Amino acid sequence: MSYLEYSVKTVPSGLRKVLYLSWPLVLLLTAVASVGFLMLYSVAGGSFSPWAEPQMKRYLLGLTAMFLVAMVPIWFWRNMAVVAYLVSLALLVVVEFFGSVGMGAQRWIDLGFFRLQPSELMKVTMVMLLAAYYDWLPIRKTSGILWVLLPVILIMAPTFLVLTQPDLGTAILLVVGGGLMMFLAGVHWAYFATVITAGVGFVATVLKSRGTDWQMLKEYQFRRIDTFLDPNSDPLGAGYHITQAKIAMGSGGWTGRGFMQGTQSRLNFLPEKHTDFIFNTLAEEFGFIGAVSLLALYVLIIVFCIISALQNRDRFSSLLILGVGLTFFLYFAVNMSMVMGLAPVVGVPLPLVSYGGSAMLVLMVAFGLVQSAHIHRPR
Amino acid sequence: MRRTPRETAESARKISRRGVMLGGLQLSFAGILAARMQFMQVEQADEFRLLAEENRINLRLIPPARGQIFDRNGIIIAENAPSYRITMVREDAGDVQDVIARLSSLVELDEDELNRALAEMKRSAPFLPVTIADRVSWEDISRIAVNAPALPGITPEVGLSRHYPMTTAFAHVAGYVGPVSERDLARYEDPEPVLRIPRFQIGKVGVEAKYEEILRGRAGAKRVEVNAVGRVMRELDRREGEAGADLQLTIDGRLQDYVRARLGTESASVVVLDLEHGDVLAISSSPAYDPNKFVRGISVADYSVLRDNDRRPLASKTVQDAYPPGSTFKMVTAMAAIDAGVIGPEDTVWCPGYLEVSGRRFHCWKHAGHGHMNLETSLRESCDVYYYDLALKVGIENIAAMSRRLGLGIAHDLPMSAVTSGLIPDKAWKLRERGAGWVIGDTVNVAIGQGYVLSSPLQQAVMTARLATGRNITPRLIKSIDGIETPSQGGESLGLNENHLRQIRRAMFAVSNNRRGTGYGSRIVDEAYRMAGKSGTSQVRNISAAERARGVINNEDLPWNRRDHGLFVNFAPYDNPKIAVSVVVEHGGGGSSAAAPINRDVTLQALFNGDPPLSAYPSKDHERIKAQQERLNSERQMPKTDGNSRA
Repeated sequence: MSYLEYSVKTVPSGLRKVLYLSWPLVLLLTAVASVGFLMLYSVAGGSFSPWAEPQMKRYLLGLTAMFLVAMVPIWFWRNMAVVAYLVSLALLVVVEFFGSVGMGAQRWIDLGFFRLQPSELMKVTMVMLLAAYYDWLPIRKTSGILWVLLPVILIMAPTFLVLTQPDLGTAILLVVGGGLMMFLAGVHWAYFATVITAGVGFVATVLKSRGTDWQMLKEYQFRRIDTFLDPNSDPLGAGYHITQAKIAMGSGGWTGRGFMQGTQSRLNFLPEKHTDFIFNTLAEEFGFIGAVSLLALYVLIIVFCIISALQNRDRFSSLLILGVGLTFFLYFAVNMSMVMGLAPVVGVPLPLVSYGGSAMLVLMVAFGLVQSAHIHRPR
Repeated sequence: MRRTPRETAESARKISRRGVMLGGLQLSFAGILAARMQFMQVEQADEFRLLAEENRINLRLIPPARGQIFDRNGIIIAENAPSYRITMVREDAGDVQDVIARLSSLVELDEDELNRALAEMKRSAPFLPVTIADRVSWEDISRIAVNAPALPGITPEVGLSRHYPMTTAFAHVAGYVGPVSERDLARYEDPEPVLRIPRFQIGKVGVEAKYEEILRGRAGAKRVEVNAVGRVMRELDRREGEAGADLQLTIDGRLQDYVRARLGTESASVVVLDLEHGDVLAISSSPAYDPNKFVRGISVADYSVLRDNDRRPLASKTVQDAYPPGSTFKMVTAMAAIDAGVIGPEDTVWCPGYLEVSGRRFHCWKHAGHGHMNLETSLRESCDVYYYDLALKVGIENIAAMSRRLGLGIAHDLPMSAVTSGLIPDKAWKLRERGAGWVIGDTVNVAIGQGYVLSSPLQQAVMTARLATGRNITPRLIKSIDGIETPSQGGESLGLNENHLRQIRRAMFAVSNNRRGTGYGSRIVDEAYRMAGKSGTSQVRNISAAERARGVINNEDLPWNRRDHGLFVNFAPYDNPKIAVSVVVEHGGGGSSAAAPINRDVTLQALFNGDPPLSAYPSKDHERIKAQQERLNSERQMPKTDGNSRA
């Protein structure tokens, strides 16, 4: 087992690990989460309830989880990867049959105190699994056709389950995230070229299927695409949300309308203002400066992950850190793109800022893994 | 399974190469996001800001208070009276049916109105008030106010509604207001937004319509912030409107009211002009309608009663109807002849009862003939032949020119609906309109105000006023706008020979005061108030030669609508003219019997500014006049005053 390569003696142990935590990452995450608290306080009309307070509690819970995960040696997590993946997959199957229905989709399991979205969990456990897989796989076999097919199946199984919920946004994130993991692991270029070509052909076919007997997407998903292509075509119907979101965004100007002064969000013109469209509230109230600042915080987190991964000589750690960074990137890139009218509205939250438990907890656990890899890196 | 160091190094290199590449892609995408933010929030910020403001800001108009209308003494003719309505807000009411059940136990609710309101409530947002009863009495409103705690969501609201306290007296003058129709909107190129306010009312006829822009005022506006579903969150700012300007009419409300009562159900018109400024002191068309009914929205049944009445209450007969002036036109013919110098006042014409002109006989009303007639005797006894003769001598063009100088054949610019110009025919007119040449018989007919000649009661009054003063009296209906006196028009001398005018006036005096005058029966005996007038009778039907041979049928034997119109014009006092009065009684028979008594009553009422003493009347009339005064006083809406005499 490759962890035997680690010179274990140099790895910090016991409470000393706390000193080796990446505190700048903790600070960055807390800063991003605080932006979320501020905005949730604002959209509630200057109140901690109903959103800001639970969000803060969840963040504290997440922070605790991150520390606990970080304390556990990274090789333990690598060994747990298959188990974590299978548990996530099982939960996805459970949610398929017993899950609660929200927004026309079966997405979560109600645990009483907490609503668990297995699809969120899957995003991280899949990264773990693929990192472990490519750590285990001899490098010369990486591009062998059978050894490529196996991870593809591992990616497609949960994707299929998520797609039937139906949750297009998460499905896309899973496929893209998984694919990029394979790319990082060194799978040959030709596979990606083939898949991308096939993918484009598939999308074209899907779009063509509209209105036929073999229609492949639900009508609301087609409408989302239509609305994306021309939001003005239906300004009071399907295009209303994105149009209002863009108005909120653009009307912020350089410095914004001021804290709690955003008319679009305060007067309810902005839809989903505490979840998917919270970025527009920020952009409206704090303007270009506020929006770019949040983007900068996100970029710093990504940059931290890349640097940390490149410094780590362990293949599993390296892949894991890059994978978590990528997942995080896909979250905010897709969310920002959709709320700024660059992509269809697919229901992806803004990481650590949007109101919601699963995504926040899962991401904090993922960063716990990053911290663990960081602490337990071979020296 | 052990990994060779070579393998490990190679994998690390691959990861770092691809990791850096992906990292670069991620940063590039972040750059795209930042660029997009910059584009939306810096480049397009102004456009989006505008859209955001349009979203949240609603402009609400505040309708202006309409200007009021007063008579010359400040009596209200048109006012804005409070009107009460009940509104309901669904979200405050809770159980709508329950609240309405409780409400209907307190006040009577109209079934149709209620159903309409319930339907509207279902459609509109829950926080919008819906009117469930309109024009509710003050008693009902106070009953609701007392029971307010039991009626959640119910609000009594007060608005302003046009009210005409004098009802029928000013119907044709002030007119009325009504809701803005599509046709009204079409009249304007760019209708003011205030016209689109539901229930907003504008002038439809009369002064209300003609002075609409002045009476309406300017709407105020408030800007309110609304949320996504349209609920008003707060008022941002408000610009007060400007109330409409008040109008003061030249009309004397008491006189107008008297005239209304005096005419009763007669189909008649009365115009009283002040001779100093041309002020219209009274202008009354009878029967009239109640303009308040139109404000509320007149029912189809009520409207058809008005429309189908053969006395035409909807018509403003004083200005829009033109009648053959009959013998009242003889002053014009005489004035034209004297002015042209074709005849002197003392020159006589022999009346054998007819005049033969190019083989056709034109009869005098008096078959036996009047004998020798001069100006005074011919006017006094209304001899036709004298005027046939004058007209033939002076010619139609001179008569037409004199008519226009005296105010006939031209539309006087009064702010009332459909003011007619009447008709004074001349050769050019006949050629143009009838495509036929002027024949001598036309001139003969015009001489006595028959044939093509048409004039309105208003024009008759103007003619009389100009004869009485020799000045270019021009009627004026608006005394002041917003307290600023409107200048009277005209008033300068007509340039007629004062001596000739005096001859005409003396002849008119004889009509009323000579024992043989046609108006003698309706004379005023008080020397300070004596009137000078002229009767006229205009035929509604043609009298055939056969009928003339059998003997003309008496008016009393004819059906009402076939009888002659009776006309009488006068000015008074003779020695110091103050007012001119014109009366037309449709199908009333002869002017001296149907119209002249009204002239006398109205003249005295105007000169005395109230009921005149009986001594002004001939003693044989005292009993009858006294009874009439008592009857009319009980019918009048305004308390009579024994004010100062106008004379």
